[in-house]
Amino acid sequence: MLTKLDKRLSIDAIVGRLSDGMTIGIGGWATRRKPMALVRAILRSNLKDLTVVSYGGPDVGMLAAAGRIRKLVFAFVSLDHYPLEPHFRAARQAGLPVLELDEGMLHWGLRAAAMRLPFLPTRIGIGTDIIKQPDFRMVTSPYEDGEELVAMPAIKLDVALLHVHRSDERGNVLTLSPDPFFDELLARAAGQVFVTAEKLVSTAELDLPRQARYNLIERTMITGVAEAPFGAHPTSAAPDYQLDLAHLKTYVDSAATPEAWAAYRKQFIEAAPESYLAAVGGAGKIAAAPVPVY
Amino acid sequence: MTELHYSLAELVIAAAAEAWSHDGEIMATGIGPLPRLAASLAKELFNPALQTTDGEAWYTSSPVPPGPRQGEPPQIEGLANYDRVFSTLWSGKRHAMVAPVQIDRFGQTNISVIGAHAKPKAAMLGARGFPGNSVHHPNSFFFAAHNTRAFVPGEVDFVCSAGYNPQRYRNGTPPAGLDLRLIVTDLAVLDFGGPQHAIRVRSLHPAVTFEQVQDNTGFPLSQPEHIPVTRAPTAQQLEVIGRLDPNQLRKTVFKGDPAGDRRAA
Repeated sequence: MLTKLDKRLSIDAIVGRLSDGMTIGIGGWATRRKPMALVRAILRSNLKDLTVVSYGGPDVGMLAAAGRIRKLVFAFVSLDHYPLEPHFRAARQAGLPVLELDEGMLHWGLRAAAMRLPFLPTRIGIGTDIIKQPDFRMVTSPYEDGEELVAMPAIKLDVALLHVHRSDERGNVLTLSPDPFFDELLARAAGQVFVTAEKLVSTAELDLPRQARYNLIERTMITGVAEAPFGAHPTSAAPDYQLDLAHLKTYVDSAATPEAWAAYRKQFIEAAPESYLAAVGGAGKIAAAPVPVY
Repeated sequence: MTELHYSLAELVIAAAAEAWSHDGEIMATGIGPLPRLAASLAKELFNPALQTTDGEAWYTSSPVPPGPRQGEPPQIEGLANYDRVFSTLWSGKRHAMVAPVQIDRFGQTNISVIGAHAKPKAAMLGARGFPGNSVHHPNSFFFAAHNTRAFVPGEVDFVCSAGYNPQRYRNGTPPAGLDLRLIVTDLAVLDFGGPQHAIRVRSLHPAVTFEQVQDNTGFPLSQPEHIPVTRAPTAQQLEVIGRLDPNQLRKTVFKGDPAGDRRAA
């Protein structure tokens, strides 16, 4: 079989490859490097009944508010500067089913899936209500210590959606921020991996090996790639651009009433993607956002 | 000798900083303005070997202030991305002071939900790193309002961080990494030094009585025969706190920024 090495797709074509009921891992962390252009495209589609796995931010909030999540696998959902994500809270308080994890447990479950193991042992969760959820079993160390440990089940994903800084058309990618978060593990835990990139560049322009530390994962793991300038907005894709705190406030305020959420959707989500940048104030405004303090 | 004026926030920072005094060369994490300033003060005065971060992805040589940063950017001395932080915390070389919503008599804490987990009355953050932190490295806690909504009877609504509750462990024994240290509140400093790790009042803030602390706690506290008054911050500590907090965020934690010595009020 001849594998196609030009992996370029449109954002809508990526969403077209997703189907109802899938387990989808979303990259980034809270307000950083979230594949928001893809999330907005999902909201414009009819995709539903998703199991969403995320170090959650507005990605989870938007999908929850739009009723697309059947089950959420998470350790937190936060907007950092607005610690409580209002759309997530509303969904949770209405009974959104969840598997609640520790941050490191989520890492561990993805790693187990990446290694094609059924579970990995850990002490995380011992003594807490996390392991009272029906998903967990315990395991006893077969060595002399005989310690009882949590058997963290593998978190297998159908699809991972990531936002990166650079990619060539083959899916050789760079994430240029100092923290790659757990995007590599999300990719390795997934059957298919779709990335949006700030810029599609030639392989030479990736400037390897100088940028080797930023090469998130090998291209054999990448299924498709779409160019999406400012595709993480309103979250950050530092160093290319920072978090848009003003827009984040607009988003937070949209949870106040159903009318406010409808207005937000109409203005920023349902509008044609080409007009999104203008709707949020233009590239110049996003590029000028100051470095936030965490 | 003139009496030093200090605020309740400054009293709390100085008392909380002692949590890291004897920890050696480890990562110190304080979540929220006062715990963060406490970790910073500890690094400046008690234990310079501590490593603290910029709150994002880097260790800095000197503590960074909470809030906006003026002047030169901090000197970066190491990478502290989340993968590294997880590895560090699993190794035990970290002591965190966090601000949960609820705590119970076992030291179990909650930041996830109020009410039933399936359909909470109030959904908050989620368990975050609390479960892993609690069984791997020392942990201390800060509560801005010591009352029975925070110090709850029975158990917390959703146990996010493990405590000294024998019923939750095989053979009744928690993992060796469970090591709960200080609880600093607006009323007192407490620790886990009572019988079977019961929560004990270690010092009372000026003008606060044991009865007042007990009345605001949903479970019986261990009461030593003699309870000292929480030590007032020194002039040097106040000077360093002022330098560490140029944005004066410490003044926003307690309503009206009350004096630390309420005997005068």
